[in-house]
Amino acid sequence: MALLEIENLSVAFATSGGTFRAVDKLSLSVQSNDILAIVGESGSGKSVAMMAVMGLLPWTAKVTADKLNFNGIDLLNLNARMRKKVIGKDIAMIFQEPMSSLNPCFTVGFQLAEALRVHLGMNRAERRKRSIELLELVGIPAPEKRLSAFPHQLSGGMSQRVMIAMAISCNPKLLIADEPTTALDVTIQAQILDLLVSLQSETDMGLVLITHDMGVVAETADRVVVQYAGQKAEEQPVKKLFAEPHHPYTSALLAALPERATSQILPSIPGVVPGQFDRPKGCLFSPRCAYATDLCRTVEPKRAEAALGHALCHYPLVDGEPTKNQKVS
Amino acid sequence: MFGFLLKRFGLLIPTFLGVTLAAFSFVRILPGDPVLLMAGERGVTPERHAQLLEQFGFDRPLYVQYFDYLFSALRGDLGQSLVTKRPVWDEFFTLFPATFELSICAIIFALVIGLPIGMLAAIKRGTWFDQSLMGAALVGYSMPIFWWGLLLIILFSGTLGWTPVSGRISLLYYFPNVTGLMLVDSLLSGQKGAFASAVSHLILPTIVLGTIPLAVIARQTRSAMLEVLNEDYVRTARAKGLSAKRVIGVHALRNAMIPVITTIGLQVGVLMAGAILTETIFSWPGIGKWLIDSISRRDYPSVQGGLLMIAVIIMFVNLVVDLLYGLINPRIRHKG
Repeated sequence: MALLEIENLSVAFATSGGTFRAVDKLSLSVQSNDILAIVGESGSGKSVAMMAVMGLLPWTAKVTADKLNFNGIDLLNLNARMRKKVIGKDIAMIFQEPMSSLNPCFTVGFQLAEALRVHLGMNRAERRKRSIELLELVGIPAPEKRLSAFPHQLSGGMSQRVMIAMAISCNPKLLIADEPTTALDVTIQAQILDLLVSLQSETDMGLVLITHDMGVVAETADRVVVQYAGQKAEEQPVKKLFAEPHHPYTSALLAALPERATSQILPSIPGVVPGQFDRPKGCLFSPRCAYATDLCRTVEPKRAEAALGHALCHYPLVDGEPTKNQKVS
Repeated sequence: MFGFLLKRFGLLIPTFLGVTLAAFSFVRILPGDPVLLMAGERGVTPERHAQLLEQFGFDRPLYVQYFDYLFSALRGDLGQSLVTKRPVWDEFFTLFPATFELSICAIIFALVIGLPIGMLAAIKRGTWFDQSLMGAALVGYSMPIFWWGLLLIILFSGTLGWTPVSGRISLLYYFPNVTGLMLVDSLLSGQKGAFASAVSHLILPTIVLGTIPLAVIARQTRSAMLEVLNEDYVRTARAKGLSAKRVIGVHALRNAMIPVITTIGLQVGVLMAGAILTETIFSWPGIGKWLIDSISRRDYPSVQGGLLMIAVIIMFVNLVVDLLYGLINPRIRHKG
């Protein structure tokens, strides 16, 4: 049984201009000891999907799914009391902005110890001991001193380390990292990624890494889900994805990597992810796709088989050339 | 923290000077002078008028009078009331406990009701519950104190007869003045019913004086809370699996309190201004009523001294609030 199973997850926001579908029939699964990367541009619904798993979306969001299971527990129909026992304990999440994700009014020690008390019922001495242990584990020097520090006294990298320490405090089975390195310096980025990967391999937990950085994906992930405009465009093991992308979007993303560029000018994908009001008919990527035909612009594509990376495309790429998706009648 | 304190104390000096100047000039801008008003309808000859002005020292140039007032005030001497001939200092502190008691009750009333209302409205934002609470707060804020007081007196004292109309305690009770606070003294006296009588006299003035601070605190709490609830650290707290009560009551509230505490400090000034009206309506023997009487008699030393004391008290409270602010907001504390 997979640790996290998501089938046809949709998240719609009620806005003044009608409903906006941020996540559109997303399916994925994460095993324990698995690193899944979810890649996509800003606005592709990566974070929203994982927030739906955590139950952190605002009340304006309407979450539907055929299946949203964690470790056999149905997260969709979980009451608040039961949810509290899972969220923060078995599933933990760290966020993009470490500096603003820590509460400025409380010390690091207080914020670390909170989950330990709520979920594990530790007493004061145990909490202190475990907090120091955790800070050591995430590589913070002089952890005893840091316990009484306030977040504004920490650097961004330090704050993210504290966030990670908080997230792993109860030995979660699944850790969701929402662009954990985006707000950090490049040198710190590598350190934080290394830390996450080493923690993951030591503890056997599943790790979902949300990112828009293909470089991060290549270094860390086992499997990759490429998300576009709320839909899963493609899913492949990381090596295969880099070797042979089947969805034109993935291919374009990879082509835009500086280290892969062949010409002087870095290739880019024209246009932006469609929003609420400019959602195209047919394939959502068609306005930006180099291979799009009239079929792409009018008919929604069907999902290709696993050998073609489950690509959501009329003409999945094989050896860089579009081929006819057999599933389209 | 020490540097923060030092800077904060330094700020008091120009404020103090400004207040003395304002208090000094304010009474002198009013037409009429104390001698004319004391003479009343009998009138006074120009010679006698000049003689009396000289006796009080009001014939000297204004700047001399001002510096005389300033340096006396710095020595703790606020002069003598022209009417009662008692030191202004004594007059003030005889009456101040009554105002203090009323103000404390009013601010507690405002906090105990205003904070939960603001929090509830923020949590239930956009609902009829939120809108009716905030509508009521706006009405409360806009209500003229004297009119609100009269309405309450008509209903609760007149029609229903539940509360007394005026004063601090029923004339049936007499006991020594120990602290000046009627609630405490009535308890100390041990007389049956005295405390209940003191409480019943306090209820309406407390509501009247506390209404505006209540409305301001409720609205400020709501908006601060709404802002804080969108912050990343609130999401982190929820992601930890904390109960909604803990997320809102600990993580959000602590941050939301920062602007609210500043507001509470500012409300002390509003309380003092409100006390003047409230005390007049309820014949509450405090400094508000005394100040009104002093102004109408052009009792220069009393008005100058009274205003200065009120200002000093407000400055002191705001200082305490600022220190409290540093205590609750670690970012301020460490800036120094």
